Amino acid sequence: MANILDIRRRIRSVVNTRQITKAMKMVSAAKLRRTQDRALAARPYAQMLTNVLKSLVSRVEIYDPKTGEPKHPLLAQREESNILLIVVTGDKGLAGAFNANIIKAASRFLESKAGKNIDIEAVGRKGRDFLRRRYPVAPVQTRSLAEEDEMLEPEGQGEERAGAIQIAGEHVGILGKVEFSQARRLAEAVIARYERQEIDSVYVAFNEFKSVIAQRLVVEQILPIEQIGEAAVRQAEELSEEEKKKAKAAAVSAGVGMRKAEILADEGGQFGTSQVDYIYEQPPEELFRVLLPKYVGIQIFRALMESVAAEHAARMTAMDAATNNATDMIDSLTLAMNRARQAKITKEIIEIVSGAAAM
Amino acid sequence: MAEVFQFEIVTPEKRVVDTAATEAQIPGKNGYLGVLPGHAPLITELAVGEITFRSDSGEQRLAVASGFAEVLPDKVTVLAETAERPEEINVERVRKAKERAEQWLAGAQTEADVERALDALHRAEVRLRVAGKS
Repeated sequence: MANILDIRRRIRSVVNTRQITKAMKMVSAAKLRRTQDRALAARPYAQMLTNVLKSLVSRVEIYDPKTGEPKHPLLAQREESNILLIVVTGDKGLAGAFNANIIKAASRFLESKAGKNIDIEAVGRKGRDFLRRRYPVAPVQTRSLAEEDEMLEPEGQGEERAGAIQIAGEHVGILGKVEFSQARRLAEAVIARYERQEIDSVYVAFNEFKSVIAQRLVVEQILPIEQIGEAAVRQAEELSEEEKKKAKAAAVSAGVGMRKAEILADEGGQFGTSQVDYIYEQPPEELFRVLLPKYVGIQIFRALMESVAAEHAARMTAMDAATNNATDMIDSLTLAMNRARQAKITKEIIEIVSGAAAM
Repeated sequence: MAEVFQFEIVTPEKRVVDTAATEAQIPGKNGYLGVLPGHAPLITELAVGEITFRSDSGEQRLAVASGFAEVLPDKVTVLAETAERPEEINVERVRKAKERAEQWLAGAQTEADVERALDALHRAEVRLRVAGKS
């Protein structure tokens, strides 16, 4: 027979835990809302940039008429022997399977590209820690985005690789407040390496976030650019129905909207698409050359933002589940305690009655 | 009331300006452009510099860097990676950035280094000018 005092102590401890998980859930919900707003605010820029590029494509000779080669290096397809993979995870845990899922997707991608040289840029502490245990660190690393320096130049090249798969850069502690300048710096570093032909393609593995219930784990190809305005998804995995249901329940109880964030999309839709003959201040080719790197930057920015939003959503769901579990546990413990108390009282009565009968 | 056009400045992080304006000056790569309502359609790359525009609430200035602009007769859209109002500029930080840029310039080895250092220096100077602290 369990001791009543012990059970009461356990209940108290579970109640405290529930309070913490509940608070974490609400905090995550608030952060999710803020991140969602920021992701929304980034839409018009991305949309307009894409539109201008699209309209430029129709005006610029992208391919060399003689050789058929693309004129811009970022469009050039090369045989893949050196790959760069950006893995975006979270800095913190307690978000359910969020980090593990991304790592799993990234590992699967690495397996599918086995035999090739792969450099990994790890964004987020959790992914970094895991990958570090598995793969060697490159002799020369890109400087971390967390440092506040304008020049992010991977210094030194042609060094020995630490292994077929190596960690080329670690960026920890930037996810609290993602800024576009960070995405731009990462894009610049990646583009520089791509143009020097050190790498032949660039992928990013992250958790895509359209809304709380519309999420996908994707590996997207960023370079070479295949089709402007369309994500080149190489590997994708949707939420299971059960996960969706849980996420939905968590969102409802935390008061987070679930609508898809697409309303703003056509606001930017007009930009640069007018059927007028623009005066181009610079030759269209030159504009094109300037804008393509920006396009890469905005794609990385989007990946970072959506990953952050997805992390908050995952944490919110996980904490909602934890809160529910704590409630269930309290209920069953309370029941056990009441039973124990009742048993004790019954026993005492029996003792008194049988004592009286013996007199 | 004079004619107006819709004036927007958008950065990846937010829509900074969205208002009706009567005139604007935009730092194009090949020099500043003055835009009035009814301007011919035009697309240009932005230089580092300051945007000035006039609307109902008076004249406003912003420091911009890296982006491009689309001009249509009734609408002007500026896409910039950064666009800061004078009160948003952290003068202390810009001063530091300027000092750093000057050091780079002094220690620059290659032409590319010099170019980049000059770029950084220019950015810092424009910011200081917009903040009114140069």
